[in-house]
Amino acid sequence: MEKLYKFLKYFFITFWAVFVVAPFLWALTTSFKDFNSVNGGATYIPWVDFEPKLEGWRVLIKSPANGGVDIIEPYFNSLFVTCTASLISIVLGTLSAYALSRFTFKAGFVKNNDITFFFISQRIMPPIVLSIPFFLFLGAINLLDSLIGLIVVYIVLLMPIAVWIMVDFFNKVPREIDETALIDGCNPYQAFFKVVLPNSIPGLIVAGMFCIIFGWIDFFFAFILTFTEVQLLPVKIVALNSSITPWWSLSASALVSVAPLIIVAFIVERYLSKGNLSGAIK
Amino acid sequence: MNLVAENLCYKPDDQYHLNDVSFNFKKGNIYTILGRTLSGKTTLLKTIAGLLTPDTGEIQFEEKDFLKVPVWERNIAMVYQQFINYPHLNVFENVAFPLKQRKVKDQEINNVVMKSLKSVGLEGYENRKIQELSGGQQQRVSLARSLVKNAKILLLDEPLVNLDYKLREQLREEFKNIFSQGLSEESIVIFSTTDPKEAMELNGEVIVLDEGKVLQFGPAKEIFENPKTLRVAEISNDPPMNILKASIESNQIIFEGIKVQIPNHLSNLDIKNFNLGIRASDIELNDNGFEFEVELAEISGSETLLHLKRGNSKIITSIEEVMNFNIHDKVKINFNTNKAYVFDENEILASSPFGGSYV
Repeated sequence: MEKLYKFLKYFFITFWAVFVVAPFLWALTTSFKDFNSVNGGATYIPWVDFEPKLEGWRVLIKSPANGGVDIIEPYFNSLFVTCTASLISIVLGTLSAYALSRFTFKAGFVKNNDITFFFISQRIMPPIVLSIPFFLFLGAINLLDSLIGLIVVYIVLLMPIAVWIMVDFFNKVPREIDETALIDGCNPYQAFFKVVLPNSIPGLIVAGMFCIIFGWIDFFFAFILTFTEVQLLPVKIVALNSSITPWWSLSASALVSVAPLIIVAFIVERYLSKGNLSGAIK
Repeated sequence: MNLVAENLCYKPDDQYHLNDVSFNFKKGNIYTILGRTLSGKTTLLKTIAGLLTPDTGEIQFEEKDFLKVPVWERNIAMVYQQFINYPHLNVFENVAFPLKQRKVKDQEINNVVMKSLKSVGLEGYENRKIQELSGGQQQRVSLARSLVKNAKILLLDEPLVNLDYKLREQLREEFKNIFSQGLSEESIVIFSTTDPKEAMELNGEVIVLDEGKVLQFGPAKEIFENPKTLRVAEISNDPPMNILKASIESNQIIFEGIKVQIPNHLSNLDIKNFNLGIRASDIELNDNGFEFEVELAEISGSETLLHLKRGNSKIITSIEEVMNFNIHDKVKINFNTNKAYVFDENEILASSPFGGSYV
């Protein structure tokens, strides 16, 4: 029984791992193929099945005039917009989350939980509902088709995530820690920056990770709010038409586009296992 | 130069957490706040610390309006019952934190912190992480951190309650030593606890708090010998003092069909019906005694607590040895009425074996 259980466990883990990794392997091998290898039937093992070529990767950095796909500019646009918006969202979101967790707000029937829900409700709405107001709003302040405009919109989209995660996190940090900091001579700002924040690094990293992921993969708003001047990576990749752009270039650009997320995942995994608050309160 | 509070009230919801609390604490003394859970002990400590602002009332310290001084400028120290430390700092940094905050020179911090760690028995643990320490050690770290500041007011909120029995005994001893050596004549120690034994052992002044109200304020000995009301007698004894409805008829005290001789100290009593209070330790097993039925027997440490019943009356007695009883066993007990208290119908002390009376 024990053995069967163990077998089943590893079987399913292996199955799932293959299921998840297979498309990446497929994309990876395809990105090193040329026309003959792609059309010559299913081949997977480089140097045995097919001769690896760097053509697919070279195309990525060539200018369109030389037959390249030019994803460098959209790539850095995406990086810039995602990172800036995530950073601002985390800073603002952490501050508001701390306030929501520690202080009592009351305006008529609106209380802390209602404010928190108001933040989260921004994510509950279908994006299509938000698209027209965003479009009109950006148009009114002349920020359509600009990086700044996209950053503003992404802050609206990402900050609720940061607030949501951090409120939950701060609620788990015992209030007595802040109080001890006050008693030990910190004013409320010092208590926050010297004591609460250093103990919230795991929360900050999780919140940051979610912001980066949601910012990076967003296609909808990037598509609606930009036209010709500015292009983000998801929009660019969708625009690569497979009948014009060869499979190997598509594979290479797909891999390049998920690379940041893979790096983020590795960093996060390190941090999450390291930090914990168990020593604060037993 | 004292810590003076006048008419402190705090009522955040429909219940008083502090109800007209006044006191005058003198420097160089230990004060114990004794009360059951939710009696307002923590609220009172937090109010003194400045973490809570009372609805009404005043606190003065060194002739200044203390309520106008923000927490971080009050020069107080506080130890919580939940072992609060800074998890991101190691033991040394935890203890050094308040000094760094005051911008004390590194060399001096080093000396003071080491001395403080030594006094709580944590020498050699400087570089440990807080998470690696046991509960008792964590509580010592927070104690060391509160001692290092040389605070004028040291607040200890049930610091021993979350520790196991052995450690509690040990740390309680150490507290007494630390308080007697480490603290100057300039500071006030305020210790809150639910355990009457702790209050008696620290032997300072005791404030009995219940539902936010101060029931009695006086030296520990006085509280033990002459509890002002029935409620104080309950709170300041563990197990709580047994209370029996009794009356006097023809020179005998009668309760639950039991008749006993009036002891000397009650011979001048001029009330007919009253509440008779007898401590659990003043009841003993005796074959010539009165029959009671066992409801529950619990062994705690080296003594046995017997919950007994007769008619409508329930009493608890503690026996100084480990014995086994079954539920519904009949046992015979005798009352040491020389140590009996009498509370009148308003539950105020009318007579005590130590001569006190508040009627």
